[in-house]
Amino acid sequence: MLTSAVKARVSGLGFWYGNVRALHGLDMEIRDRKVTALIGPSGCGKSTFLRCFNRMHDLTPHTRYEGSIRLYPDDIDLVAKAVDPIEVRMRIGMVFQKPNPFPKSIFENVAYGLRVRGARSRALIEEQVEKALRDAALWDEVKDRLHGPGLSLSGGQQQRLCIARALATDPEMLLFDEPTSALDPIATARIEELITALRERVTVLIVTHNMQQAARVSDFTAFMYLGELVEFDATSKLFTNPGRKATEDYITGRYG
Amino acid sequence: MIEALLLLAGLVAVFTTLSIVWILVTEALPFFRRVPLGDFLTDTMWTPLFAEPRYGILPLLAGTLVTTAVALTVAIPAGTIIAIHLSEFASRRLREVVKPALEMLGAVPTVVYGYFALAIVTPFLQKLIPGLPGFNMLSAGLVIGIMIVPYVASVSEDAMRAVPTHMREGSYAMGATRLQTALRVVVPGALSGMAAAYILGISRAVGETMVVAVAAGLQPNLTWDPTESAATITSFIVQVTLGDLPHDSIGYQSIFAAGLVLLIVTLAFNVAGFLLARRFREAY
Repeated sequence: MLTSAVKARVSGLGFWYGNVRALHGLDMEIRDRKVTALIGPSGCGKSTFLRCFNRMHDLTPHTRYEGSIRLYPDDIDLVAKAVDPIEVRMRIGMVFQKPNPFPKSIFENVAYGLRVRGARSRALIEEQVEKALRDAALWDEVKDRLHGPGLSLSGGQQQRLCIARALATDPEMLLFDEPTSALDPIATARIEELITALRERVTVLIVTHNMQQAARVSDFTAFMYLGELVEFDATSKLFTNPGRKATEDYITGRYG
Repeated sequence: MIEALLLLAGLVAVFTTLSIVWILVTEALPFFRRVPLGDFLTDTMWTPLFAEPRYGILPLLAGTLVTTAVALTVAIPAGTIIAIHLSEFASRRLREVVKPALEMLGAVPTVVYGYFALAIVTPFLQKLIPGLPGFNMLSAGLVIGIMIVPYVASVSEDAMRAVPTHMREGSYAMGATRLQTALRVVVPGALSGMAAAYILGISRAVGETMVVAVAAGLQPNLTWDPTESAATITSFIVQVTLGDLPHDSIGYQSIFAAGLVLLIVTLAFNVAGFLLARRFREAY
């Protein structure tokens, strides 16, 4: 398990909101086609960290990155000023806490990324949409109403629609920001199954406040606290034999 | 006690609306007793004040529709573009300056806009279009358009800002640009509110009186050509009420028939807008 290639290397990553420092010199490696979970108490910076990977912070004025996140095999620095955030987002997809389908049909929701990238061929778009919906385990439920509104689906289906939307453009990495916190247990189980299956083809980074979820779906886990990376290890090791006292306190529920 | 007062206050609006409808209908009835409805709707001349009066509403209706159409070709694109800019592109500081200024534009008395049309826009247009009469619907329509831009922009902008941020984030996360996000996600999400803004603009344009009375001329003229001069329903009503017609004359009664048509036109636009808004309503 530990032999997989490095997909991204985070070095000395810091992040500032104006004068407030939210992340302090993080260093870690994201393994290719593995699921890496980010856990930690509210406000520890795990979502802030996640959003550095697709430069979502660039949409907020007065924010600043330090250090680097190098994406392999191309070896480009995701947070470098010279790198266009739109190009980064073209390669790294994201699924949000609250399902956020667009006010469009199911089909157009999934086709969105392709259209944004200038895809014209109907046949190609239809093929990619079907493939993405199948990969997101949603095809059978929606194949007869592809032109119905995406917002008419249930919460769990909406979230799988958002996953299909992100998959349709064949991203190298998928970011999940607490993807099941707005869903019921059955819908949650389906999303978790899906994340586990996605590992075959894409590198996954998932933020979760649910430690059981991290234990169930991830290969590696990073524990963060107050904007710092406290411990990073294989999930099986971190949850059974944590190296740091703070990690142990958190996973045994003493705080957080 | 308080509840009764509040109820009373609420009923004032209902009562006023009903009274308006009541007065228009009862005052228009004597008119329709003398003028057959068929003539009213199909006759192509409106000359109630002449010795041989004709009572065809079409010329006035055409004047109203032409000035409204000209106004909308200005107000809808301009208002929508301003709204998109303010909601999706402008910095907070710019928005804080522009939006109140825009709303102030809506507070300028309409008679001022009328003279703006007559004294500035018409002479300018006459340089571009040789032979343009001093009173014309084009100039009046353009100025009505400018006048309703603030309404369209302000209400559309509110609708766009009501589209939740997480929906925009979803679009940015797919690699979309600001413009793509604005046009492909925010506008579709705000469509029902924008339809309401357009309907508000249409109602204002249909009901606008001073600008057309001052700048469009007062001769009823059945034409669809905006470069001609023509009277609208509203400008005819003003003309008659300012004159010295006896109150029981048919000429005086004709303004209630015209008013009734005006009410029906605005009502039709409002109902259409309501249905349209419901059709495109999105629940997030």
